[in-house]
Amino acid sequence: MVQLRLPPKSRLQKGKTYSSLSQGPEMKLFHVYRYDPDSEDNPRLDTYEINLKECGPMVLDALIKIKNEVDTTLTFRRSCREGICGSCAMNIDGTNTLACIKPIEDCKGDIKVTPLPHLYVVKDLVADLSFAYAQYTSIKPWLQADSSPAPDKERLQSPEERKKLDGLWECILCFCCTTSCPSYWWSGDKYLGPATLLQSYRWIADSRDDATGERLDDLEDPFKLYRCHTIMNCTNTCPKNLNPAKAIGEIKKKMVERID
Amino acid sequence: MKFETDLHRAKGLGSAKRGLIHWMAQRVTAVALIPLGIWFVGAFLLLIFAPFDQARLWLSSPWVVTATILFVLALFYHGCLGMQGIWEDYIPHEGTRWGVILATKFLGIFLSLVSIVSILKVYLNP
Repeated sequence: MVQLRLPPKSRLQKGKTYSSLSQGPEMKLFHVYRYDPDSEDNPRLDTYEINLKECGPMVLDALIKIKNEVDTTLTFRRSCREGICGSCAMNIDGTNTLACIKPIEDCKGDIKVTPLPHLYVVKDLVADLSFAYAQYTSIKPWLQADSSPAPDKERLQSPEERKKLDGLWECILCFCCTTSCPSYWWSGDKYLGPATLLQSYRWIADSRDDATGERLDDLEDPFKLYRCHTIMNCTNTCPKNLNPAKAIGEIKKKMVERID
Repeated sequence: MKFETDLHRAKGLGSAKRGLIHWMAQRVTAVALIPLGIWFVGAFLLLIFAPFDQARLWLSSPWVVTATILFVLALFYHGCLGMQGIWEDYIPHEGTRWGVILATKFLGIFLSLVSIVSILKVYLNP
């Protein structure tokens, strides 16, 4: 049956507490998941006290402050710091989101920061997304066109055709949705997950793509597509306010259209 | 030791090219069960404390018998599809999953046949 408890070596333990040297009216405790693959120790939850008067407004600012001033071994991914690269996807305050656009003031009480759930942890807040990327590659996320336009012409698209891609092209592949999905937790080896399915629909909905039938063929599978039970965690958690559940619903509708 | 790439594992054996009929049948039977279920539960509550002859009288109409059989078929078909979904979600071991799904289907067929035979027995022996 499904494994309901983590293996003994993965169970979270209480970690160290780092008090802030400076005190002020706005102090905040950050409980951060720490795991060092080079040690034999279990993962632990370290607590860092931060003076918010000396910290930027976002959770990523607090993590950078911890790394710069308290513990340089804290490991996390970050790049653009404006919600467009998807690197700093992690679980904050119980929800998968991007640390760079998650305001500290939106979190009531202490803030718990852990890696994206149900993935192997590389180190601290860095989760292993290799397999999710491979699943994304498997849906051939590029334009497949049999026809070629004249050498001096682009592949044209009307404003109406282009509009069908809105709500899809904005996906930054942070995998917050995929790793929030219970179906992906249980069957992630076969189920493609909301991010990859939304990306697949992005190409199915593209008027310039000629491989719609083949794309639908590849998805028609009890595990690849139909593990989606419209739980809607994906839509609730998406930091870009997209609706992967709707995109998956559109794929299912296209499947029905084929047999009409 | 395994040198299998993530992409090879992600592609697996490819698509099974099925799942749509299961998905559609689950929705169609769900919708059918709304009126059939309300009707059957209503009739059941009215007849539960009535003498058997009254139930026999109720089941003497071909319309009622047809609707009751439709209810039984939709109920067990929907139930089997739902249980199959749950087993697919929660039993990772392929062999066990296959066995349990097969057993569920046999049980569904058996129970629906027992129900239909019982309904027909009452209908055909007034």
